[in-house]
Amino acid sequence: MQFTVEQKPRYAHITGTGRLNMVGAPRLREVVSKVVDEGSNHVVIDLGGTEFMDSSGLGALIGCLKLARQAGGDLRIANVRPQVRMVLELTSMHRVLNPYDTADAAFADD
Amino acid sequence: MNRFLVRLLVVLTLLLGVNYIAWRWLESLNWSAWWIAVPLVLAETYSLIDVSLFGLTVWRLRRRGKAGAPPPGATVDVFITTYDEPLDLVMGTALAAQAIRHPHSTWILDDGARPELEALAAEHGLGYLTRSEDWADRPRHAKAGNLNNALMTTQGEFLLILDADQVPDPGILDRTLGWFNDRKVALVQTPQWFVNVPRHDPLGSQAPLFYGPIQQGKDGWNAAFFCGSNAILRREALMQLGLSGYVREVEHDVKDALARTRAALRKARRSPEAANPVVAGMLDDVEAATERARAELKAGAPLTELTYRLQREVDAAARRTVTRDFSQIEADLASIAALELPPEDGMVWPDELASAVDRMSRRDLSPLAAVEPVREVLEAVSVDRPGEAQPVMPLATISVTEDMATAMRLHGLGWRSVYHHEILAHGLAPEDLKTMLTQRLRWAQGTVQVLLRENPLLQRRLGWGQRLMYFATMWSYLSGFAAVVYFAAPIVYLVLGILPVTSLSWDFFVRFIPFMVVNQLLFLVVGRGIPTWRGQQYSLALFPIWIRACTTAARNVWFGRPLGFAVTPKVRQDAGPAWHLIRPQLVVMGLLAAALVVGTVRLAAGLNEPVGTLVNVAWVAFDLVVLSVLVTAARYPGFEPEERSADAVHG
Repeated sequence: MQFTVEQKPRYAHITGTGRLNMVGAPRLREVVSKVVDEGSNHVVIDLGGTEFMDSSGLGALIGCLKLARQAGGDLRIANVRPQVRMVLELTSMHRVLNPYDTADAAFADD
Repeated sequence: MNRFLVRLLVVLTLLLGVNYIAWRWLESLNWSAWWIAVPLVLAETYSLIDVSLFGLTVWRLRRRGKAGAPPPGATVDVFITTYDEPLDLVMGTALAAQAIRHPHSTWILDDGARPELEALAAEHGLGYLTRSEDWADRPRHAKAGNLNNALMTTQGEFLLILDADQVPDPGILDRTLGWFNDRKVALVQTPQWFVNVPRHDPLGSQAPLFYGPIQQGKDGWNAAFFCGSNAILRREALMQLGLSGYVREVEHDVKDALARTRAALRKARRSPEAANPVVAGMLDDVEAATERARAELKAGAPLTELTYRLQREVDAAARRTVTRDFSQIEADLASIAALELPPEDGMVWPDELASAVDRMSRRDLSPLAAVEPVREVLEAVSVDRPGEAQPVMPLATISVTEDMATAMRLHGLGWRSVYHHEILAHGLAPEDLKTMLTQRLRWAQGTVQVLLRENPLLQRRLGWGQRLMYFATMWSYLSGFAAVVYFAAPIVYLVLGILPVTSLSWDFFVRFIPFMVVNQLLFLVVGRGIPTWRGQQYSLALFPIWIRACTTAARNVWFGRPLGFAVTPKVRQDAGPAWHLIRPQLVVMGLLAAALVVGTVRLAAGLNEPVGTLVNVAWVAFDLVVLSVLVTAARYPGFEPEERSADAVHG
C-alpha cells in the first residue's frame, strides 16, 4: 500500500494505492496521524487506487476519523471502487461513513 | 457404535428423567411441607434440564482428525498476555512461542508495562506491546482491552492467544492452521491442560469433561467456544466483529444522546443563566440544530455528517453568543474612548478582542459550559466513542470473561469454530485454594454477565443448537442454588422427620433409581474413562461461589454495581489450611454430621421411619463425600515434584 499526501487549500488529500488490508492498516494510521499532527485536521482519503479493503482497513479508517475529530476537524472518504463500497455495506459502515464521489466534493459543503 | 450407545443413553435418560420429575410434580409433592418440597422439586427439575442439555451436547459429539496443511503464506502473530506474572514465567512462555515452527511474530502484551520485561523482550528479539496513551483515564477492559490494543498495531492474518503460563508446543500452528482453509472458520480452540497438577487433582484444575466431550459436542453444533488461551483466531473475523459492534454502538449512542438533548435543554432553560437573553438565544439555536439532526437521523443520513454538522452549528451558535457579548463590551469601550480619557493599564483594546472571542468560543470556555448538562449531552452525539480508548473493540468487553461473549458474537455473524482435541500447550494451574476460588468466581461471574447481557436464547442470528449450547454452559453455573436444597433436604428429614415426598414407597424407587443409574452410565460412556468425579464434586461443593457469582453479576448488570468482592487477605501456604475460605461448606458438613446423630436417635425413639432414615442417611453420606473434596483442597500444600511459585495465577 502506497500513500501520497498533498495539501489542498481546504484539506489534506491522501491517496492510497494498492490493498488496504491488515498490512496497510497500521501504515494508514501513521500517515494520517502525521498529517493531523502537522496541523491539517480536514482530511480526505482518496480510495480511487485502492483495489481491495478488508475489515482491518476499515477499522483503520475509523481510528483515523477519531484522530481528525479530536483535532477539531473531520475525515472523509472519496472515490471508492465497487469492492470497497461492498465492504462498507456488508459491515453497515455506510451508515456511519459516507463515500463521496470525488475528493473535492467531500468538503464542498463545509 | 459408541455414538449409537451415547444416543440411546441420552434418550433413556430423558425418558426416565421426565417420568420421574413428572411423578414428583404431579403425584408426590408433600404440600403440607411445601417450604422444603417445592424447593426440592425445583432443584430436581433444574438438574433434569442440566442433564438434558448435556445429552443434547453429546448428541452430535464431533471427533475431528488432523487439520491438514496450513493455508499457504499464512501470517501469524503470537500474543502472550501478561499483567503481573513473574518475569521468568512470562519469558519461558515467550521463548517457547518464539520456537514455534510455523513462521510468525511473537509479541508480549504487557499490561503491567514493566521496563524489565521490555528489556528482556528486546534482548531476545521479541515484540513488546503496552497500552497506547489513548487508554489513560479510560476503561481498560482487562485482557480484552490488552488484546484489542495489540490488534491495532500488528498485522498477522491469524492470532495465537496464550496466557503467560501456557507454554506452547513448537507444532501448535502447523497442527491447527489447516482448519482455516475453510474460509468461514474464525476460531480454533485447543485444550487447556496443566502440568502442575497431581493425579488426584485436589483443586479440580483439569477439566477433562469440558476439554473433551463437552467442547466436542458443542463443535458438532458449530458452537465450540473460545476459552481465552490456546486458541487461534482469524483477524478478519475479529475486525468485522469490532466494526459491526462499532456501528451498533455509535447508532445507539447518537440516537440516545439526541433523545436526551431535549430534557437537557428544558433543564437549561430553567437555570439562572438562561435568564440572560443572549444565553436563551443560544439555547434556541442549539435546539434548532438538534431538531435538524434528529430529522436527519430519521431520514438515514450518514452519522459522520450528521454529527459533524451538529457540532459545527453548535460551535457557531456559541460563537455568535460570545461575539454578541463582546460587541456590547466593544460598544462600551467605544463610548469610553469617545470621552477621550487617558487609557489605563489592563484595559482591553478592540484589536485584542478578536483573539479573545476565539479563546472564549472554544468548547470548554464557551457560554455552553455554563449550561453544563447540554454540553455533556452534545458531546455524546459523536462517532468517535469518546468514552472508549479505541472506537473499534474487536474482543467483547461486556463481561470479565471476554472469550465466551466474543465467540458467541462471531457465531452470530455466521463464522464457524473448531475444537481441536490435542494438547498443544502446557499450562500452570493455581496451587492454592484461594487463587483457585478467585479464578472460579471470576469465570462464573463472567458467564452469568453474558447470560444477563446477551442471553443466547434471544440471539436471533444464532441457530437453536448454538443458542442451547451457550445456554447449557450458563445454566450449569446456576447449580449453587440447587446444591443448597440438596444439602438441606436430608437434614430436614433426619432432624424434623419431615419428608418433602408424600411417601418413600416402591413408586419412588422404581422411578428414581433407573433414572440415576442411566444418568451415571451416560457420563461413564461419554467420558470413556476420563475422571469426571472431581468435576461433579466441585459443581456442588463450590455452591457459595456459584451463588455469589450470580448475585454479584446480577447487581453489576442491572444496577451497575462493581463486581468486586472482598479480597481475603493473602494466606501463605505455611500458615496452614485456609479453613476460613470454605466456612459455609464446613458449617454444612457440621450440620450434616449432626443430622446423622439426631436421625439415629429419632429412629431409636421411633420418631422416624426406617426406610426414610436409610434413604436420607445415604443421601447425607453422599453429600459429605462430595464436600470432603474441600478438606483435601484446603490442606493441599501445592504441587510437589517441582518447586513452583504459587503466584502463577492462571490469567
